Amino acid sequence: MEKFNTLTSTVIPLPNEDVDTDQIIPARFLKSTTRQGFGENLFKDWRFDSDRKMKDGFILNDPSYSGSILVAGKNFGCGSSREHAAWALYDYGFRAIISSYFADIFKGNALNNGLLPVQVSDDFLEIIFELVESEKNTELKIDLVDQQLSIPGTIYSEKFNISAYKKTCLLNGYDDIDYLISKKSQIEQFEQTHIEF
Amino acid sequence: MSKTLFEKVWDSHIVDSVESGQEILYIDRHFIHEVTSPQAFDGIRRRGTGLFRKNRIVATADHNVPTKDQHLPIKDLLSKLQVDTLIQNCDDFDIELYGLGHPYQGIVHVIGPELGITKPGMTIVCGDSHTSTHGAFGAIAFGIGTSQVEQVMATQCLLLERPKTMRITINGNLADGVSSKDIILYIISKLGTAGGTGYFVEYAGSAITALSMEARMTICNMSIEMGARGGMIAPDEITYDYVKGREFSPKGDSFDKAICHWNTLYSDEDAQFDKEYAFEAEEIPPMITYGTNPGMGIGISDKIPKSNSESFKKSLKYMGLEMDMSLLGKRIDHVFIGSCTNSRIEDLRIVADYVKGKQKAEHVKAMIVPGSKQVEKQAEEEGIHEVLKEAGFELREPGCSACLGMNEDKIPEGEYCISTSNRNFEGRQGPGARTMLVSPLTAAIIAIEGKIVDTRNFVNEVVTA
Ligand code: SF4
Repeated sequence: MEKFNTLTSTVIPLPNEDVDTDQIIPARFLKSTTRQGFGENLFKDWRFDSDRKMKDGFILNDPSYSGSILVAGKNFGCGSSREHAAWALYDYGFRAIISSYFADIFKGNALNNGLLPVQVSDDFLEIIFELVESEKNTELKIDLVDQQLSIPGTIYSEKFNISAYKKTCLLNGYDDIDYLISKKSQIEQFEQTHIEF
Repeated sequence: MSKTLFEKVWDSHIVDSVESGQEILYIDRHFIHEVTSPQAFDGIRRRGTGLFRKNRIVATADHNVPTKDQHLPIKDLLSKLQVDTLIQNCDDFDIELYGLGHPYQGIVHVIGPELGITKPGMTIVCGDSHTSTHGAFGAIAFGIGTSQVEQVMATQCLLLERPKTMRITINGNLADGVSSKDIILYIISKLGTAGGTGYFVEYAGSAITALSMEARMTICNMSIEMGARGGMIAPDEITYDYVKGREFSPKGDSFDKAICHWNTLYSDEDAQFDKEYAFEAEEIPPMITYGTNPGMGIGISDKIPKSNSESFKKSLKYMGLEMDMSLLGKRIDHVFIGSCTNSRIEDLRIVADYVKGKQKAEHVKAMIVPGSKQVEKQAEEEGIHEVLKEAGFELREPGCSACLGMNEDKIPEGEYCISTSNRNFEGRQGPGARTMLVSPLTAAIIAIEGKIVDTRNFVNEVVTA
């Protein structure tokens, strides 16, 4: 997994609420047997019509917006457990998602793939959307060490939460499997007394 | 100290706690399927760890399989590659596979319970969010991402934050024509799609304990649609009767011993939940969804609510519907009865009981996809097969099918599909498809009438089982 420390980038705003995993990566694109290449089909049905023509009006098709941070409306990533959603966002080039609420499984999947979900207050999310609307080149700065999201050049900033363990993992580029493997003998010990009916 | 059902099962599976508050949870059963496992196998190969406990893994092919001519090679090459990859992986790692052609094949959440693999008090995971289904047995069951599939393969454990607990109590008697699907659609319409985020839900109350195992599974299945990690119901006699005698259930003495343990699995009287809700069964109408998330549900004869939210407007536009409008009388072209929510034998029986001697409306394409080979077989034995065929329904072979439209079973753009599945997201059943979620009985009635009707006017015809 790639390390994450600080990230300063312009953003892509997607104010829709309840963006579900079927929108992020429609099921018909889940047929791959590798982790790569999902970025191409990110938000496929919002980006392209049935003739594969780019749809006007969808934010990813607007060349005046770019950046590796996606700012999304409340309850981002609801729906299925498909990790392909996190892979697609990462593969497309996103490294962090900001929202005022994340669906559980999505959040875990993102963290396991070096994609940082940053949960902010509804008010702060509103401010970001407003600033980006008036100035497309607005940058955001995410500082994982200080757990702080700020808008450079303005007075706005907010602290965000992340579990201490996940933070260490991201800072060092470790994942859960490395950690669990180091606990193997303890797991074997547990099995000695664990009864399953 | 008094504990909730969830805490009892969770605590008995803790290997260790990590300083940061996470816990290492031991996993008893791991189901895998073709879509979310290939990248995990890749990881296992890359790390060279091998499988930690291969006997705790059960595999099936369901998401991507055709529902016609399953004995022939899969035509879609990408689907075929995925299914073949699963076969190869199971072969390489010596995992039990109930693949195409196997008498136990079927949707992963249907076969686990029907084979007696799913049992009370277990921890069960699968790379699929509807793993919550298995919670109906008083198990902790939840969906995981592919990285976690790899974790379980490598260590039989997961590193997790303990979810909060919620109890939803439903007391009273359901009205005629109202079933467990209506209960869960009603709950989600009240709590919203994020109402359960961060929680593990226990369903309780007299309306829940009166339900069959199939009906309980329908409720737990959709827990995820309100954002919850999973749902569970305390095991009781109904659970034991269901588990007894199945292929992998404990037999003889072991079964009696198991029951002694299972009898301890309930929430103690003074156990504390982080959140509680209560509803009255009498107030639940037959439900239908009108929007593009499962929380957008109403009583079938109610009007679509009004809202100023942009997301709400966008959703109605996609569905071709308007605020304040009634759905009654709306013409329907497709009816899909299937998915891990409602494709069990009991669901097929309900449909068959209603449509017996009737004919589907001419313009309706009605498709029934049984949840598993075993359901298919039993339907044949009971003659349900014939009844459905005579009524004009098309019977398919088992798989996820039009629930997510990964195979060729898709709904055409702009058309309405009355579906017994669990998700009505944009494009879920195919690009531009418009899904409305209902119970199997409601789906059966609408298939016959060809339009949305107040099903309560038809239920007198139902012979209650
Ligand atoms: S039937 Fe639908 S919801 Fe259930 S496992 Fe298959 S795709 Fe998922």
